[in-house]
Parts: sequence; C-alpha cells; structure tokens
Amino acid sequence: MIEILTNYNDVLIEGFINTLIASLIALVISLIIGTLLGISQVSTNKLLAGIANFYVQLFLNIPLLIIVLFFYVVFPMFFVGVNGFTAGIIGLTIYTSAFIAETVRAGILGVPNGQMEAGLSTGLTYGDTMRYIILPQAIKIVIPPLGNQFINLVKNSSVLAMVAGLDLMYYGDLIASETFNTFDTYIIVALFYLIITLPLTYLMQYVERRLAAND
Amino acid sequence: MDFTGAYSWVNIRFLLDGLLVTLEIAAISIILSFIIGAILGLVRYMKVPVLSFLAGAIVDIIRNLPLLLIIFFTYFALPQIGIRLSIFWSAVAAMTIFESAMLSEIIRGGLNSIPVGQMEAGRSTGLTYAQTIWYIIIPQALRAMVPPIVSQFVALVKDTSLATIITLPELTHNARIVYGQDTNFVIPMFIAMGFLYWVVCYTLSKLSKRLETSNA
Repeated sequence: MIEILTNYNDVLIEGFINTLIASLIALVISLIIGTLLGISQVSTNKLLAGIANFYVQLFLNIPLLIIVLFFYVVFPMFFVGVNGFTAGIIGLTIYTSAFIAETVRAGILGVPNGQMEAGLSTGLTYGDTMRYIILPQAIKIVIPPLGNQFINLVKNSSVLAMVAGLDLMYYGDLIASETFNTFDTYIIVALFYLIITLPLTYLMQYVERRLAAND
Repeated sequence: MDFTGAYSWVNIRFLLDGLLVTLEIAAISIILSFIIGAILGLVRYMKVPVLSFLAGAIVDIIRNLPLLLIIFFTYFALPQIGIRLSIFWSAVAAMTIFESAMLSEIIRGGLNSIPVGQMEAGRSTGLTYAQTIWYIIIPQALRAMVPPIVSQFVALVKDTSLATIITLPELTHNARIVYGQDTNFVIPMFIAMGFLYWVVCYTLSKLSKRLETSNA
C-alpha cells in the first residue's frame, strides 16, 4: 500500500486536484443556474415556471451518466469535440442544477406565505419582496441541503472516470490495472475521497445543529 | 440518423431486457439494503454501546464514498482477497453496501422523528423496551420512512447505470451496444434510454410525492 502511495503520488494528487476542480466549477455554475431555476419555478410567470419545471423534472429523472455520455458521444457529432473532463463537468453541472433548483424551490416555499403578503402590502414589488424578504430567509433553510448537494457532487464527479476524465477515480483505475493490486489501490482512492467528503459531512451536521438551535 | 432501423423490434427488445436487469438489480438491492439498513439504524437508535459507534462509523464512511468506487471494489478488488462474485452479484453487492448506509440514515431519521413521549407512554403501560419499539415506534416510523425510501429507490435505479463499467447487461450497457453498431443509431438510442429511465423514475418520484402528502 505504501509503495502505491510513493510510486504514484503524483498521479493520485493530480486526480485529487482534478476531482476538486471539476466539483468546484460544477458547484459554482450549478448554484447560479439552480437558484435561477428554483426562483423561476415559483414565479407567477407561467411560461418561465413551465420551462424551469420542465428542466428540473427532466434532469432529476435521468441518470447522470447518460447526460455525461451525451456530451461525450453525441455533442461532438454536431459541434466541437469535448474531452472527458469537460463533458463530465457539463454533465455534472446540468444534473446538479436540477437538484439545487429543487432545494431552492423547497427553501422558498418553506418561508411562510404571510411574509410575501406582508412584503407586498408594504408596497414592495414582487421582485423586491423576493429579494429582500423571502430569499434571505430561504437561504437559512437551504444551506444544509446545499452542503449535501456539494458532497453528492464530489462523489458524483467519479463519473468522469467513465469518459477518461482524468479524475481521482480514473487514475485509481489506471493504477489498479498497472499494479494489479486492486484492493490496496481502491482503499487509497477511498481515503482520498473521504478527505474531501467526511469533513464536509461533519461540517454540515454542525451547521444544521447551529441553525436549528438559533430558531 | 436512422430511427426506423434503430427502433427495430430486436433493438427495442434488447433495451427492454436491459431495463428489466436494471429494475431487477435495483429491486434486489433495495430489499437487502432495507434489511441491513434497518439493523444498522436500529442499533444506532437504541444506542447499543460499541456497536452503535461502529455502525455510525461504517455508515459515515460508506455514504461518503462514490458508488462507482464501491462497484469497482466489489468486482475488481474482492477477488484479490478470495471473494469472487459474478458480474450480477458484484453489482448487487455494491448497490447493497452503498444503499444500506443510505437507508440506515433514513430509518434512523424516521425512528428519531417519533416523539419521546411515545416511548414513555409505551413503557408506562407496562410494555418492555423491545415491545414498545416493535409495536409503538416502528409502525409509526415506517409511515414517515416510506416516501424517502421510494426517493432512494429512484436514485438507485439511476445509479445502476454505473454498473455498465463492469459490463452488467443493464439498460445503459445494452443501449451502448446498439449504438456501437451504427453511428446512425446514437441519437435514437440516447432518446430511447433517456425516455425509459425518465418514465420509470418520474413515475416513482410522483408516487413518493403522493405518499408524502397523504401521510401529512
């Protein structure tokens, strides 16, 4: 096990960093898209709400792998070729956006109705009430589930390995097939994943408790 | 693009065979996971000394790992220590290991959602601790657990697509074989497999939502 770590530390670290980069890029973009979709879903504009709902219901119910494969296999048939890393990030972003949209929607709906009525009756517009009254309260509700989405994102990023995405899982697989020591290699890869996900899990549990205690 | 060629009866049958394997794997795994998850969840709920801590540690480790890694592990790494499973059972083992951890959290959450007063009331009527859990707590907790378990099943159906890496003949794998024969089949196959996954998962998600509202 030590030999694998010393002989392959450069590839392992490269994979680890790529996993982190892929997860972070996908997180930032899907936070933006997901929040916009979530707000659109509860919008009074029927068309906007319809489009957002369609997106969310479509991608919540299709495997991530299919979306990634689509960008890896189908997309280059019409447009430019994309490498596995990019296809993976696009897939992760599209998929995670749907989950974040659901989280944001639930957060907004979690704020009591009276808040919107009160905002409107003080003369604020719908947009202003959303921005200054509803969203600040919704954020408190959505922080723990958003944290969980990020943990899922890190785990889901392993799908990059299926399209040669140069992530931790991909290099792990490579090392396993070179050394024939599958058992130790996968244990090491598991430890690298846990370095990211375990602290995040405990942090989220702590935040959740703190937020609950504040209520 | 060749839709009529791609959607020949032979190809559609092949996809449906794949869907059947997908559902079979998901169903077997969720049943096994429910049993193991229930044991883990109960051990933690009842705060059995040592065991409770161990169960918590195992659950935290497993659910913080990518499922794909666990699939690789059961198929490629277990043979190294003498455990050789077929492709089908490697996939079932991986899904079960992962889902047991997920379900144990749902089950523990369900048990914890029952007010402490229920336990006290049960005990004060003369029931033993075990009887109170079995007759009072579990029946109420089950109702709270069903919707999240159905949601977890939806996630599981989607996750089975990862087992294509160990050539499990499930839906994704079979679709890839069909479009591998002819580039004109690529888009029709993506549409077909996307549609099949979507129909199954959407229907189940709606069911989960309905159960949730009927419970409240």
